Amino acid sequence: MRFSARRDEHEHVRSDHDRPAPAASRLIAESVTLGYDDHTVVNSLDLEIPDGEITAIIGPNACGKSTLLKALARLLVPNSGQVVLDGEKIQRMPTKEVARRLGLLPQTPIAPEGITVVDLVARGRTPHQKLFQQWSESDECAVRAALDATSTGELADRTVDELSGGQRQRVWIAMALAQETELLLLDEPTTFLDIAHQIDVLDLIDRLNREQGRTIVVVLHDLNLACRYAHHVVALRDGSIVASGAPADVIDPDTVRSVFGLESMVIDDPISHTPLVVPIGSRHAQPPLPPVELDEAR
Amino acid sequence: MTDTLTSTPNDASRSDLVERPEQLPIRGTVIRAGSFSVRLDTRAVWVCCVLGALTVVIGLWSISVGDFPIPISEVVATLLGNPTDDSEFIVGTLRLPRVLVGAGVGAAFGMSGAIFQSLVRNPLGSPDIIGFTAGASLGAVTTIVVLDASAFGVSVGAVLGGLISALAVYLLAWKRGVQAYRLVLVGIGAGFAISAAIDYMITRAEIYDVQRATVWLTGSLNGRSWDDVRIVFLALLVLGPLAILMQRNLDRLDLGDDTAAGLGVDVGRAKLSLVLVGVLLAALGVAAAGPIAFVAFVAGPIARRLVSSPRACIVPAAFVGALVTVVADLAARRVLAPTELPVGIMTALIGAPYLLWLLSRQARTGLL
Repeated sequence: MRFSARRDEHEHVRSDHDRPAPAASRLIAESVTLGYDDHTVVNSLDLEIPDGEITAIIGPNACGKSTLLKALARLLVPNSGQVVLDGEKIQRMPTKEVARRLGLLPQTPIAPEGITVVDLVARGRTPHQKLFQQWSESDECAVRAALDATSTGELADRTVDELSGGQRQRVWIAMALAQETELLLLDEPTTFLDIAHQIDVLDLIDRLNREQGRTIVVVLHDLNLACRYAHHVVALRDGSIVASGAPADVIDPDTVRSVFGLESMVIDDPISHTPLVVPIGSRHAQPPLPPVELDEAR
Repeated sequence: MTDTLTSTPNDASRSDLVERPEQLPIRGTVIRAGSFSVRLDTRAVWVCCVLGALTVVIGLWSISVGDFPIPISEVVATLLGNPTDDSEFIVGTLRLPRVLVGAGVGAAFGMSGAIFQSLVRNPLGSPDIIGFTAGASLGAVTTIVVLDASAFGVSVGAVLGGLISALAVYLLAWKRGVQAYRLVLVGIGAGFAISAAIDYMITRAEIYDVQRATVWLTGSLNGRSWDDVRIVFLALLVLGPLAILMQRNLDRLDLGDDTAAGLGVDVGRAKLSLVLVGVLLAALGVAAAGPIAFVAFVAGPIARRLVSSPRACIVPAAFVGALVTVVADLAARRVLAPTELPVGIMTALIGAPYLLWLLSRQARTGLL
């Protein structure tokens, strides 16, 4: 494997999480303010993505998760502040250079009608290709490795249209893998998948992290799955970070309340021994919950 | 799919694990020499060869027939430099430029159509539907009627008209980025407005200019000269290679803007340059032969069907456009012979039913 696993030092980093992690971070957001046209979505946010770990960004709908991910991938120019990749301001770097270090899978990529799996995955090689280097042997190796890693090799000559949702998501991840970047940003890769396929995709992400040492940032909807698979969770609300750290340290009823406006109980996940958030809801509350004050909740 | 994730490769592929001699089933043929490698779509090459050959055959036929028929053998001899007295004038001055302009303009329209249809992600996004060729026509008519311009002046007018209309459509369709369906609808509307402007220009013009403008507006290859040949082939020579170079970016943009950007494509610049090349191709085609209807519109989908490719087939679309235009011109000349119809009427006969079919289909599937 191309990527060296550097787990040991990160285990170390995680053990003294209460101090900010040392500079082991290639991708940093420095007081970025993000927005579209008139309204601000993310306000003066600081974030360091720990190297070699899985970072999950969680939060309610429209809290700025995807916007933040876009800014980290240079797709969005911050209104103020900056994103720094390997010590350089990402906006100053050529697009192609960014694409060689950082891969991005958007929420809704579009597969051209009739494209085959292998041709789609091959497009992940774009930043490594030139006018007269359209299909080198290293391109071929990378595509093969990406197909193998995602177990999509036997789908290679099928068209993407005829695949199931779970298979298609794996193919898209394969395309991002073929890009051979150590940093991988995934925007809600499990949305629209049933629970088995969600686990499938997250297991894949976990393997990519463990076996290949890739740094992965993933936007997730499911709080419990985020706790299970991520080393580091970043909880956003209204464009600000409410909590950030190892799931066991930051996910508690108070955090869940302040992020999602939800009363819950947090117990130990019997399988993974990570926090498991059990929502309460008014139907089962003992004593009954006071009526939700909308202002406070959202 | 949990099972496929954990399943081991079957025996057949396992025996290959060491060497892996079998090819990845990627499309096309890979040619490698040292650090250079080129991926060629074999089927596209074949399609282009066949279409090119057909165009040459139809072109020769078209040169040979007419009020003064010339045997094909004599046509070929003339083209190879052994003319007889009659054939030199008829072939060299009258019919050859006509066929060349037809093929060249068809190619330019075909490429432009393929580019825009892919950018807009909709076959209705072709420049003749969304008002860009109408804009080029307005520019050209203005130069004919107001400035009484030469062929060169008409080209400048057409290019300016095309660019301005493209910019206007783009700005009018802008609402936090440009949605495909908005662009199509705004473009169709702009096309009508521009047509009205053209009609107004014509009512204000001298009768002689009106005649010149109206024939030209139908899209006619009648009386094309070597000046027109130069315009269109210069355009193809400069813009064609640019379009081919941009195909890569066009393919990436097809995955969605964010995905393309993630793959290292400078989305803004890539789109702008594609739009520029597409508008220039359409506008120069218009300058040389008028807004020949529907060639841009049909060439892309036909090419894509023939090559059966998921990509926008810019080059095959050029060949399809050339063949369609040359065939349509031959038909336009011969169907009611000795009366010669403008080629635009013929292409409209082919294109209009396709447009209706597409509209009804897209209305059903909710794309529009």
